[in-house]
Amino acid sequence: MNRIFNNPDFVVEDAVRGYLKAHPDILAATENARVLRRPLAPQKDKVGIVTGGGSGHEPAFLGYVGDGMVDAVAVGEIFSSPSAKAFHDAFVAADGGRGVACLYGNYAGDNMNVKLAVKQAAKHDLTVKTVVANDDVPSAPKDEIKKRRGVAGEILMWKVGGARADEGADLDEVIASAQKAIDATRSIGIGLSPCTIPAVGKPNFSIEDGHMEVGIGHHGEPGVAVMPIKPANEIADLMLDHILPDLPFEKDDDVALLVSGLGATPIMELYILYDRLAEVLQARGMNTRHLFIGNYFTSLEMQGVTLTMMRLDSELDRLLSAPARSLGLTRI
Amino acid sequence: MTASIAIKDAGGLVVELIEAINANRGWLSEIDGAIGDGDHGINMSKGFTAAGAKLGDPLPSLPDALNTLSETLIEDLGGSMGPLYGYLFSSMADELEGQERLDAEVFAKMMHAAFEGVKEIGSADVGDKTLLDALYPATEAFDEAWRSGKDFAESLDTMSAAAEKGRDATVDMVAKVGRASRLGERSRGVLDAGATSCCLILQTLAKGIKQRMQG
Repeated sequence: MNRIFNNPDFVVEDAVRGYLKAHPDILAATENARVLRRPLAPQKDKVGIVTGGGSGHEPAFLGYVGDGMVDAVAVGEIFSSPSAKAFHDAFVAADGGRGVACLYGNYAGDNMNVKLAVKQAAKHDLTVKTVVANDDVPSAPKDEIKKRRGVAGEILMWKVGGARADEGADLDEVIASAQKAIDATRSIGIGLSPCTIPAVGKPNFSIEDGHMEVGIGHHGEPGVAVMPIKPANEIADLMLDHILPDLPFEKDDDVALLVSGLGATPIMELYILYDRLAEVLQARGMNTRHLFIGNYFTSLEMQGVTLTMMRLDSELDRLLSAPARSLGLTRI
Repeated sequence: MTASIAIKDAGGLVVELIEAINANRGWLSEIDGAIGDGDHGINMSKGFTAAGAKLGDPLPSLPDALNTLSETLIEDLGGSMGPLYGYLFSSMADELEGQERLDAEVFAKMMHAAFEGVKEIGSADVGDKTLLDALYPATEAFDEAWRSGKDFAESLDTMSAAAEKGRDATVDMVAKVGRASRLGERSRGVLDAGATSCCLILQTLAKGIKQRMQG
């Protein structure tokens, strides 16, 4: 394991300290060491946007704290949900008096901790409503869509929710827009190599050299097929074959596209993939109105890529276009 | 041998739980590594140790110590185990409220409350390859042993054996919830880490209670 850390049990603490020192204009500490907020939060009369999740996905989750995005974030151990207390304290840090929208991903630990935190917040009259992202197509069949995991589609959900809150919408309106965003979003991941939690010291799954795992999850959850690595164009086609029919995306759809590396895949390979994605989408008559390519949502040093697509209506298009400033995503 | 222990003097049971988790940190992670992230022992040890630092000296009563453990797991540990074990221990503590002695009747109630608490916060059923698969058979076995006329200590032995049997039965189960569930059939053939730590916790409790009854 060739990695950079001090004590493997405290990589999250050490990284959070670095983030705070590096970006005081974007990230502020709170009394809870596992909760960060944007310096302007809580913003009076704006619905607060909160998310949270395990560490190791940087820039997610803390990198999406910022203007027009997330107000406060709960930070968990690597690949492990933040505590209920962290979610609760993030709600408090984000609450400007109009309630809080907690927009997070569908994982057992996050579901339990958010549930406890929402209950705790209700005791002191802080209203929190939730949207649970479930954009990962291969993680469950369509008739069990509620079981699907949340992956990089969460970023688009935060962007939409954050922009809607900035417009002055009330909590129910923010929730409705965020839910609409994730309902219109589909993702798939392909893994080429495993990743290692520093405190564990060895990878907890394996992908045979020269192979790729289609539909892999953000923590190495197994996908739907393992096969020899194909040329980039065929990988692009394979990913589209999974997500296009699922929504389905159709001719003349306006779409947003997010291609994220999983941590150790060279950025140029994402563009090799995009070259084909753009060709196919154009051929199918789809119009890509928003495009994000880079390491937006990673899994430590895993090699691989995720593709996320959202079908836009005029509202989602408007909200994705609105200004935002965070480490992971900025729109001017 | 007495048939009960004084609750106010039994806070040390929680210290023994913390020691047991720390002593098995590597083993629990190794089991988790087969179908999970491999961090179960690491995270449990981190959470339990943090609770130990809050117990203070002299040790608080058993319910206070259990509540400190529960609050620390819920507030600091996170993951799935924070809420699940947090509810397990606070549910146990609730049953000690207003009691002076921990006897077999009270212990049976603690076990049922623990089971109900975990059921309430989690989404798993018995047989889903989770800690319930150690907790449920242990709860049932204790009840049955006590009702059939065994004394408290013997019933605790029966419970410990049932917890172990339940733990080992998870080898043949397919995970239905949590991260391992994504493996489907591939989750079969190894122990569940949560059932393993739950068995360890129940056996440590049983051993500690028996020692105190002898002392």
